Amino acid sequence: MHFSRKNLGIPYAVFLAVFVVAPLVVLLFYAFTNGQGQFTMENLTGFFTDPNALGTLFYSLLIAVVTTAVCLLIAYPTAYLLATSKLKNRTVIVMLFVMPMWINFSLRITALKEILTILEGNLAMHPFLNAVIGMTYDFLPFMILPIYTTISKLDGALREAAMDLGADRTRTFLEITLPLSLPGILSGVSMVFLPAMTNYVVLDMLYNSTYIMGSLIGSYFAAYNWHGGSMIALVLLCMICIFTLLTGGEDETARGGALL
Amino acid sequence: MKRSLRGLFLVLVLLILYLPILILVVYSFTTSTQIGAIRGFSLHNYVTLFTTPELRDMITGTLALALGSAVIATVLGTMGAIGAFYSSRRTGAVISTVNQIPVVNADVVTGFSICILLVVVFHISKDSYIPLVAGHVTLCAPFVFLSVMPRIRQMDPSIYEAALDLGATPFDALMQIVIPQIVPGIISGFALAITLSLDDYFIATYTKPAMFDTISTYVVNATKGSQTTIKTALWALSTVIFVIVVLIVIGMNLRSIRQERAEKTGRRLHV
Repeated sequence: MHFSRKNLGIPYAVFLAVFVVAPLVVLLFYAFTNGQGQFTMENLTGFFTDPNALGTLFYSLLIAVVTTAVCLLIAYPTAYLLATSKLKNRTVIVMLFVMPMWINFSLRITALKEILTILEGNLAMHPFLNAVIGMTYDFLPFMILPIYTTISKLDGALREAAMDLGADRTRTFLEITLPLSLPGILSGVSMVFLPAMTNYVVLDMLYNSTYIMGSLIGSYFAAYNWHGGSMIALVLLCMICIFTLLTGGEDETARGGALL
Repeated sequence: MKRSLRGLFLVLVLLILYLPILILVVYSFTTSTQIGAIRGFSLHNYVTLFTTPELRDMITGTLALALGSAVIATVLGTMGAIGAFYSSRRTGAVISTVNQIPVVNADVVTGFSICILLVVVFHISKDSYIPLVAGHVTLCAPFVFLSVMPRIRQMDPSIYEAALDLGATPFDALMQIVIPQIVPGIISGFALAITLSLDDYFIATYTKPAMFDTISTYVVNATKGSQTTIKTALWALSTVIFVIVVLIVIGMNLRSIRQERAEKTGRRLHV
């Protein structure tokens, strides 16, 4: 057979079709069928009429919004200070902020749990607070990194020009730096918001027994209810699509950008 | 803002990030079973960690899974990136778009959907490890694709053409011209694949054999129980992983500093 470079892509294209596209098609099929394989809208209407399921949706959104806001409040100043500092070994210091994401998250949450137990006594007393603390602790580096990357790539001349034209530091920041760092913020937000809606293990480990969207899939999985679980997965998938379109797509390097 | 205030803020954030881990590191060397009063120095947690078969199995299992999935993902993702780049614009765009799905998707959804397809529809036993490896490769390969692609775009196409003109077969030209130029992308893709696989919980939970555990699934189950010997042995595990990560980061920094120096002296020689 004649060798051609573009044929190299065939195995990967097949792989994507089998393990990315096909599972989603099957998910769609299961979400709209019942145990007998007949078409049904019950899973869909069931989700949107069940107050518990809607409560779960609301609770996940609440946790995700609060976690994202807290992460942003800590990460933006951190990234800004790092990017504008004149530190000699800046890459080393930035690496320090990113390094935690290479330590297994379950071990980090175990460590956090020990600290929180000392501070609070009974963890079950503050479920919401602990969920937000746990997720912030877990996801913070993912918010710092993309914002840092964006700010450090900004052209310093723009800031100087604004100052030369008479803007004070606050105004320069509000009208130059902040708007220009928006892509980094958006990519950081998408790195934190979606996991915060689905990572139910953080809640489980910190004794928060309230369900979020991810826990619903987990409970259907444990009960072998593939149809119900598929519908939840589909709802999540739609939200992810909308969210990705709103934030202009995830920055492809964000999840492991430090390595690149 | 004053310089000292800036520094203070950064130190504070670092403290939040590292304090829990550092406390576990200290306590892993003691006989304490709870954080609080420090009792005597002891290495018993490390002995338990490396001699308990169950713990040893889950560590080697996690590493084997990460290495295996990363190798497969790197080969597939690299070939995919080269193929997509040289395909027609439309084919390339389709591959890149589908490639983006697992990247933005929640791992819960990825794991659950692969479980349904392979286990529920096709009745492939989880004990065969096929669903687990397929899941991890699906998680990792798209990131390899993404880290290789920019390198291919930066390549100078005329070198490949020159190789062909000088009589190289397309395959030889690929191996000797294209691959060496994209090696940095392949390496960082591989490293990324390893870290993603090591950190995964959700895909493993939905696809793994019942008797197999990765570090994540093991730790999550262990914290539900209250076996203190296992709990404190996991502190030792955290310490070991922490030290390994620190060493890798130091190594990377030393390398980049050396490269910088080499570049500087090189430039001076040119002048």
